[in-house]
Amino acid sequence: MVRNLLAATTVAGVALGTTLATTAPALAQDKYKIGIITFLTGPGAPPFGIPARNSAEMVAEAINKGALPAPYNTKGIGGREIELVIVDENGPTAEKVTDYRNLVQRDKVDFVVGYISSGNCLAVAPVAEELKKITLFFDCGTPRTFEDADLKYVFRVTPHALMDNVAAARYVADKFPKLESFAGLNQNYAWGQDSWRDFVGAMKTLSPAAKVTKELFPKLMAGEFGSEISALSISGAGVVHSSHWGGDLESLIFQASARGLTAKTPFVITTGESAIYRLKEKMPDGMMIGGRGAHGIFSQANPLNNWFQPAFRTRFKDEPNYPSYHMFQSLLGLKTGVDKAMAAAGGKAPTDDQVIAAMEGMEFDTASGKIRMALGKGHQGIGEIAYGTTKFDKEKGQASVVDMKRYGAECVNPPPGVKSLDWLEKGMPGAKC
Amino acid sequence: MLITLAILLDGIVFASYLFLVSIGLTLIFGVMKILNAAHGSFYAFGAYCSASALGLYFTADRPVFGAYVLMLLSAIAIGVVVGLILERGLLRPFQGRDEVLIVLVTYAVSLMFEDIITLIWGTGSLSAYQPFVQAGNFSIGLLTVSYYDLGLVALAFSIALVGWWILRRTRWGHILTAVIHDREMASSFGVNVTKVFTWTFVLGSILGALGGAVMAPKISVTLGIGVEVIVLAFAVVAIGGLGSVEGALIGALIVGLARAASVQLFPEVELFVIYGVMALVLAFRPYGLFTRAQARKI
Repeated sequence: MVRNLLAATTVAGVALGTTLATTAPALAQDKYKIGIITFLTGPGAPPFGIPARNSAEMVAEAINKGALPAPYNTKGIGGREIELVIVDENGPTAEKVTDYRNLVQRDKVDFVVGYISSGNCLAVAPVAEELKKITLFFDCGTPRTFEDADLKYVFRVTPHALMDNVAAARYVADKFPKLESFAGLNQNYAWGQDSWRDFVGAMKTLSPAAKVTKELFPKLMAGEFGSEISALSISGAGVVHSSHWGGDLESLIFQASARGLTAKTPFVITTGESAIYRLKEKMPDGMMIGGRGAHGIFSQANPLNNWFQPAFRTRFKDEPNYPSYHMFQSLLGLKTGVDKAMAAAGGKAPTDDQVIAAMEGMEFDTASGKIRMALGKGHQGIGEIAYGTTKFDKEKGQASVVDMKRYGAECVNPPPGVKSLDWLEKGMPGAKC
Repeated sequence: MLITLAILLDGIVFASYLFLVSIGLTLIFGVMKILNAAHGSFYAFGAYCSASALGLYFTADRPVFGAYVLMLLSAIAIGVVVGLILERGLLRPFQGRDEVLIVLVTYAVSLMFEDIITLIWGTGSLSAYQPFVQAGNFSIGLLTVSYYDLGLVALAFSIALVGWWILRRTRWGHILTAVIHDREMASSFGVNVTKVFTWTFVLGSILGALGGAVMAPKISVTLGIGVEVIVLAFAVVAIGGLGSVEGALIGALIVGLARAASVQLFPEVELFVIYGVMALVLAFRPYGLFTRAQARKI
């Protein structure tokens, strides 16, 4: 009797479990849950994290309504509405890995789009592979992500940071063909050190006569740069390179301006675009700035940009900067991949493998021009970039740039299969400018 | 020659900044034996209030002199409010408890203050650089020096001088010294120790806020600025000796000059030099340069 009861209970349990297991995906198919990770607090939030979060929310709403311009005017992603689960990126890297696991295993997100910090990207990539979760890095810049590992589930549609510095070097070389010396002021962690290394590497080819007079690496979030400004002033460098961002960038600009350094020595700032809208007239004229792509002030009219810029301005009373464009590009990349995979699957919900196959090597239009997944075995995007020189428009009371130059994707990125450092060391062979 | 001058000038300017942010911390510890992990929040509150007030002030075409007065007033106002709330509302119940527990309490407060700042000012950054830029500069060869930075040096020096004068030459200073040495004995002689604690904590809070208020024109006032400051302030007071005003001054000078020299001469060790100096001092003087020998009570 007892044995029969146990058997019946077991059978009922298995049957119930099977029923739940088969109904769970059906419920999950109502919406795609997308984990969004970006800085919501801390120093990275104002210039990067919050604009990206705002962009994600606005674009997700438009995707659900089918309100994006063609060819993205179908409702949802793969025909399903999307729901965002937004998580703060601020905090130790180990904690961010735990947050990622929570998103995947507890919140059961279908895709993850996130990360501004390169450290977080490098830490999360192997976990994404382990958990087999399609993950799009949207803003972190390190080229090592796909150069040091073969990744199946990880993508980055936005270009990596090498092009920031190669384009910066091209712009400096174009503008100062007789440059004799240059110096660097970059934050003392992977981002700052890699940026400086890449800039110096490109300058060796583009301005071989120019010598490095000073290399400075102040602590991240140092805030006070008095000694560095003195050292740069005394060095007599013809140009100062910096990849500072956020509060450090703004503090550096205030202090360098007050001590006359920006008036004497032109700066080339690889992330400058992210700050000019907030700084307005506080950004000195004559600063050479970029922002990993042809975004914001560097963007051109096209249907997507004609929708994105005014919609962002109206909703957030702010200009969309490059992190907000990066988020837009990443969500468009995800939509393109899933829609393409669904079409290939005959209109059925695609499997992860089908989405991955669709995304590898794909090309798609964005508000900032075409993205081609040309590097990292089809997992890393490339696109064009622009640099310009700041000149505050007093009549309109807004930031503007002059002497704008655009560089095609193949001009500032290595060919497929070539590592960034090797490409720089060999003098950037195969660059198509 | 120019490099030596730059090291001296930058070192003293950086030391002034360090002294301004650490004097309140060391004062509170000296009198109350509270290692205030929320001191960076005082700095942040001062910076945010100052930047907000300056932003409003400069919406109209007003003279820059008024901005300096405004920075001072905003530091006093926010220092009094935050200091009183924290001391009366939270720290008094913990008076006499284990010092480690109070460190944890003030650390928790610093996390809450960060959220309060976000609630009040949002996640965006503030900037109010006019007092800094409009102060002007002068050049010595390739080196350009800001008058505002020299003003910071004068402010730090004045506070050190006034602090020394109050402690050594006034009745209030003598009472404070008595509490520092033995609060029970001071109490038995009729000193209202609770009142002294409140005044000291509020004064420390004002000094912390003043550091933020005068730095606001030089920096981007953004989330997390208090964290960096508290780390530096701890390094300075550890070198000088916790609770010593002279120690804070000398500690700030040592750190400031060491950092300026490293940036000019050995930039690759700049990150290490502050903590290297601290480790060196603590290896020979484990309680810092200016800590007096403590009589053990039996």
